[in-house]
Amino acid sequence: MPHDDHNHPHALLPPDPALRVKALETILTRKGLIDPAALDEIIDTYQNKIGPQNGARVVAKAWIDPDFRKALLADATPVVADLGFYGRQGEHIVVVENTPELHNMVVCTLCSCYPWPLLGIPPGWYKSDAYRARAVREPRKVLADFGVSLPEKTSVRVWDSTAEMRYLVLPMRPQATDGLSEEELAALVTRDSMIGTGLPKVPT
Amino acid sequence: MTRVHDMGGRFGDGPVYPESDDVPIFAEDWHARALAVTVAADSLGQWNIDVKRHARERLPPKDYARFSYYEKWVSALADLLVETGVLTEKDLRGQAGNDTHPLASRALKAEAVAGVLASGGPADRPSDIHARFKVGQTVRTVDPAANRLVDGGHTRLPVYASGATGKVMRLHGTHVLPDSNAHGLGEAPEPLYAVVFPASELWADPENPKDEVVLDLWQSYLEPV
Repeated sequence: MPHDDHNHPHALLPPDPALRVKALETILTRKGLIDPAALDEIIDTYQNKIGPQNGARVVAKAWIDPDFRKALLADATPVVADLGFYGRQGEHIVVVENTPELHNMVVCTLCSCYPWPLLGIPPGWYKSDAYRARAVREPRKVLADFGVSLPEKTSVRVWDSTAEMRYLVLPMRPQATDGLSEEELAALVTRDSMIGTGLPKVPT
Repeated sequence: MTRVHDMGGRFGDGPVYPESDDVPIFAEDWHARALAVTVAADSLGQWNIDVKRHARERLPPKDYARFSYYEKWVSALADLLVETGVLTEKDLRGQAGNDTHPLASRALKAEAVAGVLASGGPADRPSDIHARFKVGQTVRTVDPAANRLVDGGHTRLPVYASGATGKVMRLHGTHVLPDSNAHGLGEAPEPLYAVVFPASELWADPENPKDEVVLDLWQSYLEPV
C-alpha cells in the first residue's frame, strides 16, 4: 500500500466535520457495511459503562489489600482482567506506583494511547497538541496547569505510551483515610490522579 | 525524517486546559458517531491498528494541524476505505448506488459489540527473535528515528528520543512490530522493552535533573552501548 497518496479522498466529503461523519455513516449504512444499532451500542458502552470508575476501583482495592497491590504492580493485566477490566485499548496493562520520591505521569506523544477498559475514552486535554508536546519536556509546568505542585525532591517519571502497553498510575493514598471502605476510597480517586496530572481528593 | 504527529517536546503550544470529571466524554454528538463509525469499520477486516494509525499520521500536515481530533479519525477512515477498495471516490461523492456490499456480511452487529470490545486485539506474539538486552543494560536508540523498511513509513520511535542513551527497565515480551505491520509486511514480532532516559539526555534545559522519561521501544530501535 502506498504510504503517501497525494490524492486525499477525504476531501470529497463535506468539509463540516459533523456533516462529514454523517455522510460517511450514511454511505456505509446504505451498503450494509455498518449497522446504526451497533454504533449506538458502542457509544452507550463508552458513555455509560466504561470509565474512570473502573480504574478507581482498582486503585481503592490496591490501597486496602497489600497482596492485590503486589500482584497488580508485578503483572497488572490478569489482575484487572479478574475484575472484568480487559478489552480494546487495554490488552496489556502496566500499573506504576507513586511514592514520596517518585511521581508518574502518562502521555502518548504520537497519538492518544490510553487504558480504555480502566479509564474510558481520554479527555480532550489528553489528546491536545499542548499536552502531547509538553508533557515529556516540561511535566512540572504541565502539572502547574492542573494546579499540582510537587516537592523538588520528588522525581517525575513520564511514560510515553509508544507501544500497545497501557499505563495506569497508582496514586498515593491520602492521609486520614484509615477507616474508609473500598467504595469510599474509590470516590476519592479522580481520573486525572490515575493519569498522573492530578492527586486524589482528600476526604472532607 | 518525521511527520506532523511526532510532536513530543515541541515548543509553542501554550497551556493545557484541564477538564473536571463531570464534563461529557463526547463534547458533540458527532464526536461519538465518529468514534463509533471508526470502531465499527474495523470489523470489515481490511486493516490493522498500525495501518490505521499511519493513515492518520499521513494526513497532509495542513489538515492534521487544523483538524480536530475526531475530524482526523473520520478523514483518515475515508482515505483508508478508498485505498483498500471498500469504497470508491464516486461513493464518497454520493454518486454510487446502494447495492449491498460484498463485505456486508462482516458488518459489526449490535449484539456482537460487547464481545468485540471486550476481546480487544492483543499485540504480543511468539517470536524466534531472542532478547538481546537485559534489564539494567545501557542502550542507545537509533538515529535518525525512521522506519528502516519503508521510507517515510510508520514508526513508534519519536524524534525527541532518537540517538538517546538510556537503561532497559522491563522486557514486555515479544510484540508485533508496527514498522512492518503498518505496511503489509507482516507482524514481524520482536522483543519490546521499557527504556528509561534521564531528562538531561533528551532536553537541552531539563526542568529537574532527577526527572525521567520512559518509552516502550522495539529491539530494532535499540543498539548496545
